[in-house]
Amino acid sequence: MGKTLFEKIWEKHVVKTIDGGPSILYIDKHFIHEVTSPQAFNGLNKRGIKVLRPHQVVATADHNVPTLNQHLPIKEELSRLQVEALKNNCAEHGIELYGLGHPYQGIVHVIGPELGITQPGMTIVCGDSHTSTHGAFGNIAFGIGTSEVEMVLATQCLMQTKPKLMRINIEGKLNKGVVSKDIVLYILSRITASGATGYAVEFAGSAIRSLTMEARMTICNMSIEMGARCGMIAPDETTFIYIKGRKFAPTGEEWDKRLAYWKTLYSDNDAAFDKEITIRAEDIEPMITYGTNPGMGVGVTGHVPSLSEIDEKEKPSFEKSLAYMGLQPGANIKGRKVDYVFIGSCTNSRIEDLRMVASFVKGKHKASNVEVWVVPGSKQVEKQAIEEGIDKVFSEAGFILRQPGCSACLGMNEDKIPAGKYCISTSNRNFEGRQGPNARTFLASPLTAALAAITGEVGDIREYYKETELVTN
Amino acid sequence: MSKQLNIVRSPAVPLNMENVDTDQIIPARFLKATSREGFGKNLFRDWRYENDDDTKPRKGFPLNNPVYKGKILVAAKNFGCGSSREHAAWAIKDYGFDVVISSFFADIFKNNALNNFLLPVTVSEGFLQKLFAAIEKDPATELEVNLQEQTIKLPDGSWQAFEINNYKKTCLLNGYDDIDYLLSIKDDINSYETKRAFQF
Repeated sequence: MGKTLFEKIWEKHVVKTIDGGPSILYIDKHFIHEVTSPQAFNGLNKRGIKVLRPHQVVATADHNVPTLNQHLPIKEELSRLQVEALKNNCAEHGIELYGLGHPYQGIVHVIGPELGITQPGMTIVCGDSHTSTHGAFGNIAFGIGTSEVEMVLATQCLMQTKPKLMRINIEGKLNKGVVSKDIVLYILSRITASGATGYAVEFAGSAIRSLTMEARMTICNMSIEMGARCGMIAPDETTFIYIKGRKFAPTGEEWDKRLAYWKTLYSDNDAAFDKEITIRAEDIEPMITYGTNPGMGVGVTGHVPSLSEIDEKEKPSFEKSLAYMGLQPGANIKGRKVDYVFIGSCTNSRIEDLRMVASFVKGKHKASNVEVWVVPGSKQVEKQAIEEGIDKVFSEAGFILRQPGCSACLGMNEDKIPAGKYCISTSNRNFEGRQGPNARTFLASPLTAALAAITGEVGDIREYYKETELVTN
Repeated sequence: MSKQLNIVRSPAVPLNMENVDTDQIIPARFLKATSREGFGKNLFRDWRYENDDDTKPRKGFPLNNPVYKGKILVAAKNFGCGSSREHAAWAIKDYGFDVVISSFFADIFKNNALNNFLLPVTVSEGFLQKLFAAIEKDPATELEVNLQEQTIKLPDGSWQAFEINNYKKTCLLNGYDDIDYLLSIKDDINSYETKRAFQF
């Protein structure tokens, strides 16, 4: 019997397997950031050991950094101490740090791919659940806790139980105005926020093959929102072209050698999956969430489910969720006023996302009732946006282009949505309090968010499609 | 932190909500510490207190209800979803829980819990509902979680077995952690590295 993409990579990384227990999995690349690493370094120090392979670790500061005036010292003391601890730990252990002020600084899941560090066939971990993003290149990439960060720093290995395997096929042609964020929100609305727990998910099918790398990353990024251990897409020409020539991409003979290997990374025709789902691309419309987990989404022209559509057992959670969001069962989402628009996060802050937004916004101005924050994923994205004149499009539209970081995705740094306010957000989680205490989040694509920025309310981008040549993915 | 677990006998605190994510367990704004201690005071912070004010406990939230106490947290389906923050497991353990029971745990949370000697016990949906009903009827109901036997028992004698892999069970029973084990197989790791096809 043939092998799946996951199995081909997994088997190459098993150091040994404990009888009746987990496997010891070798980790090729380890990304670290300021929030989930300090306790791991403390642990190493307590044991009196050093990082085993510092050159396989890459660090950046992203979660806890301000996105304005990054040249000034961080005002908030605890945030500053955490960023300083990262700096000291990296210096002490010989780890490359792309910290504040460095031309490569940015959100950890944006910089790995754009620097060519993320490659097919690898195992990649980071103390952040959205590490699944990197799987878009055809590797096994997943988020870990701090004890596991310590294990990888100390031994370059992790104890892992092999997950079950699921394939989700998206077949056919996407409708106009529907982008990769809509695909993943649609999958979530179908299989729920726990629908892939215990599985490694491979995304496949003609609609996935047609996507750019940035778009593929958006989908793999949110595979954790289904509970998946990791998300992955088999590498192809699109992947190879994206990697070639990047800062840490292999060159010369090494490129040829790796490319030959990468071309073997796909699920064989007769490979077996524990579960398989097929979705028709034309069934997907621009999506939006109405509740407090990413599985609570509908098409923008749809409505919040009415109570009769909800299982008895799930009613308390559903009602609590709607009370938090200030929405009624059965209500329409289209036409709902928003107060904030957040375009950013490891889900949608790459140059292509900014281009997509700019292509719609050009020549328009934001609605007076909204504040619009655009937060590029990295210094390199920021630089490119400026070179392409996208910054001017945004400033003419009344948008604020901030500096790279996780920003309002997680209500940790200075960027928070005020209590009770509605934010349409291109990020990945609409949990209670995620964007700030009592902040209310509608998750959507960059295009749907851009439309809300201009009209001040949730709308259907398809109605505007003819008016302009939109950049999509 | 107690680094060994075997039998936990205790009344339980019920949290009958599905999809409790790690942002609820410990909101991101409390992740700025560089040590593992002290997260318990902010466990379920925004559900526990009105307007982020710890002098104003929210009535009706189980942790604020004096009838519920103990070392066991009983939660509904898909507990611990979302962020990989281990601070969630630290906060639950630091508050004083040794066991979390649910019908379904998110993957990363489950690993994080095990790495912190917080035992995640997965039971069937039916047994979970039975636990909630028993606690509602009598909050003093004492549950017994026996790791050696891999069972959870109610005072009426009803019980259910739970799964845990042998390796992790040995770790919890003896207070070993994964790093001790991984450091002990250094030679295997070195020899794997010399055979790697690509030095990524």
